[in-house]
Amino acid sequence: MMAAGEITRTETFPSGIASVGLGTIERQVPADEPPPLPANAALTLIGKPVPRQNGRAKVTGATRFTVDVSLPGMLHGRILRANLPHARIRAIDVSAAARDPGVRAVLLVARPDDPAAAVVRYVGAPVAAVAAVSMAVADEALALIRVDYEPLPFVADMDAAREPNAPPVHDAASAPQGHPSGYPAAADLPLDGNVRGPATERRGDAALGFAQADMVVEGEYRTQVQTHCCMEPHAIVADWRTDGLTVHMSTQYTAGVRHELAEVFGLPLSRVRVVVDGMGGGFGSKSTLGNHGRIAVALSRQAQAPVRIVLDRQEEQTDAGNRPGTWQRLRVGARRDGSLTAISLQSYGTAGLTVGAGMGNVAQALYACPNFESAQHDVFINAGPGCAMRAPGNVPGAFGLEQTIDELAERLGVDPLALRDRIDPSPVRREERRIGAARIGWQHRHAPGADPDPVKRGLGVAQALWGANVQINSSCEVRVMRDGSVEVLSSVQDIGTGIGTVLAQVVGEVLGLRPEQIIVRIGDTEFPAGPPSYGSRTTASLTPPARTAAWQVLQLLFRESALRLNVAAADLIARDGRIVVRNEPSRGMSFAEAAAGLRTDRISAVAARSDDYGGFRRRMGDAALAHQDLGGVQFAEVAVDTETGIVRVERVVAVQDCGRPMNPLLLESQVQGGVLMGLSYALFENRILDQPTGRMVNANLEQYKLAGPRETPAIDVVVLENYQANSATDAYGIAEPANIATAPAIANAVYNATGARLRALPMTPAAVLAALGKVAARGLP
Amino acid sequence: MPSPGEHGPARQRLSRRLFLRSSALTTAGAAITEAASALVGQAEAADDGASGPGPVTITMKINGVARTLRAEPRMTLAEALRGPLGLTGTKIACNRGACSACTVWLDGAPVCSCMMLAIEVGARSVMTIEGLAGGGELHAVQAAFIEHDALQCGFCTPGMVMSCAALLERTPDPTAEDVEAAIAGHLCRCGTYPHVVAATLAAAKARKA
Repeated sequence: MMAAGEITRTETFPSGIASVGLGTIERQVPADEPPPLPANAALTLIGKPVPRQNGRAKVTGATRFTVDVSLPGMLHGRILRANLPHARIRAIDVSAAARDPGVRAVLLVARPDDPAAAVVRYVGAPVAAVAAVSMAVADEALALIRVDYEPLPFVADMDAAREPNAPPVHDAASAPQGHPSGYPAAADLPLDGNVRGPATERRGDAALGFAQADMVVEGEYRTQVQTHCCMEPHAIVADWRTDGLTVHMSTQYTAGVRHELAEVFGLPLSRVRVVVDGMGGGFGSKSTLGNHGRIAVALSRQAQAPVRIVLDRQEEQTDAGNRPGTWQRLRVGARRDGSLTAISLQSYGTAGLTVGAGMGNVAQALYACPNFESAQHDVFINAGPGCAMRAPGNVPGAFGLEQTIDELAERLGVDPLALRDRIDPSPVRREERRIGAARIGWQHRHAPGADPDPVKRGLGVAQALWGANVQINSSCEVRVMRDGSVEVLSSVQDIGTGIGTVLAQVVGEVLGLRPEQIIVRIGDTEFPAGPPSYGSRTTASLTPPARTAAWQVLQLLFRESALRLNVAAADLIARDGRIVVRNEPSRGMSFAEAAAGLRTDRISAVAARSDDYGGFRRRMGDAALAHQDLGGVQFAEVAVDTETGIVRVERVVAVQDCGRPMNPLLLESQVQGGVLMGLSYALFENRILDQPTGRMVNANLEQYKLAGPRETPAIDVVVLENYQANSATDAYGIAEPANIATAPAIANAVYNATGARLRALPMTPAAVLAALGKVAARGLP
Repeated sequence: MPSPGEHGPARQRLSRRLFLRSSALTTAGAAITEAASALVGQAEAADDGASGPGPVTITMKINGVARTLRAEPRMTLAEALRGPLGLTGTKIACNRGACSACTVWLDGAPVCSCMMLAIEVGARSVMTIEGLAGGGELHAVQAAFIEHDALQCGFCTPGMVMSCAALLERTPDPTAEDVEAAIAGHLCRCGTYPHVVAATLAAAKARKA
């Protein structure tokens, strides 16, 4: 959908799934955007396994992460954190800490004199902070702060928090109103005790649908709290100066943090700069300024010196966000032919003291079903805040839905893939099921529990759905210097997905240069505003304006070169490092020679993300949702030791759609990462709160168990090539969709292996043995 | 998985916990005195043989060069490398030996530098990620990591590279299982393990060619 009055032209694009067969489609394209990009097979750099540009810096330790930033006169900030899960702070005495000669600033975060800021609601909530000449002095100063707590009743378990007489976590004033993350994003919901909601959705008439059903499958599913565990801790170096604020921060969104800082500290945007070079993982937890960010800036302002705060691992585990824990009840009604008549979803989830514990949109949208109803609730408990984590909502949502669909297939007596062929309208996932089934050897799948061996093997499948997000507020500059060097600039940050390399591919493809000839300068708000690295939207948002800007700057270069070659600018093309006449390639000059003839030292073009050529499904401020969803299918092969209860995932086949694949090498890495995070969630990870104290007992990296190399299966990644003719690159993201189907695929494989269905995560040996009836289900999640 | 003080003389092994008990201070002093006559491995000690709590002068051999710093005896090797020595390629992610991000070589063997004190190093030589690429030429493991995309965010990468490179020094022709064992103590949240294994096997092959 073009803006009214915008000048456009009609272009013909490749369309469809490459392995099925490509057709063409016509689109109206803004006049200042480049001609359609052909399918990857006809391209030089795009779609090719180009190694990441900052690889050398990363393998030699040269990459500067925020934790490595050290400024002259820099102080070290530490945060005093609440050691009770719910308390009113009557007084804080910081006088002894302030007298310490090494302490340069002391900040009260909780304020005993302000009823709205005097209550802490989780262990780990910030209470006060200091900036000192060293970490050791800062730690010693924290020990000198005296806090007078009035303990309040608390609740640290979701089921207990739902009881009518449960201690209230919030009062009317403190209860969060909107959803900071997750889905659904409903505000103004009723609050009843600790339960906020329901947020409801409705399509058709679910009661009627269930009445029409020949059978109804029903199940309850529970998922644990997962923490992000970025290897680089949350970190910031704040440098408050009279002429402006510069912040080095491990962040997923430099441009967004700049806005937050401007708002919180009353500064014009032009006086706030956010910088990040190396960015050691985020997975959703580094999307905003955060408590530590505000504190560091406030300390720097007070001390008139740069202040660095790096969270320790315990702080990471308790006050840096988490994936909320959930409970859901799903009912699915179907006719004998498999067609669905109704889906009903009821859910309760907890994001600690905040909201955003919904189940995503898989139950609503993955399968064709005329009648749907959902009622979802957030439950407050006295625990650290949840936040977005890699495909929020859809990860726990798919764990329930995809097992329910498998149960329905068994009740119908049909193969799980055949049922999905019947009820899944997506041509993308149909092709993905075909590819994946062949690779995993689905035809060898046996009946549930049929393996006679005590170590029982099984195959399972599950599907994923994720919205194709686009950040409209995304821009990029491409410059050509007189010496022929090329720069691409954007504030976008490389979270580890390799967006810088992809930008070099895109610009190099347009200019006919090698990717290493493109200098990528990103991670700095001094450059044009780039998108966030969340919502799997970076590539979708930034590669189209990068290609457009490169194309526009090339037109400028053509204009000047055409005079020298005595041809029309429109007859020139850029190829293999040369600017040549289209129909007479021997006539031309090198790119460097062309640049040397420029009238000025530098030419440049800045482009912004235009709307998808086919329009958007939905627009929400700076963000938008593309028409198509991103589909994924994963197959898992497991071996379940029925004597020890240990589940080993031996193989995963992941087939994923991301529109046009930009770099198969980097995409494979991301999909492997999504699968491993899903496997780790399925089998190991679990935040455990000590119920008598409200403390996390495994706030570290050894008792909070992550999948390691020994638990890593063979992962077979297939990235679909899917053209929808929607932008100058037609590319979308992959990080989140690759994380959705893993846990339910493993659960369905465990069922196929053992005949026992695990409806709660993580699937620990104890849980497996309990499901097999070999031990009592005591104290399991 | 690297362990603190691996391959070091028994008397120089010293856990952080043990050290922090004041009674252990003389043990540390003894370890240092032993090496005091050498060019490296020096740390000044009080007359009673105890070090600290104030800063002491520590000299150690890092990446082939003798370096001297003033640091409190409680400073870990990882902190000393990243702070006063300016070698920030070594990363601290858990600071308690659970993730191996801080892996460096001590006399050629991978250790967690967050699990030993700087004054414990003594006469042993330290190799960090900054020293692995000799004369600007990448170690075969580093080159293979780039080629096979065995890194994503890159934060665990220096430690991972040090363990894989150490493996090739002691086992030039490793199996995939050998590589998995060598990195078994490393955590990578991006999920690079499959590419790390592939890269290390490819590096072994490239070295033989």
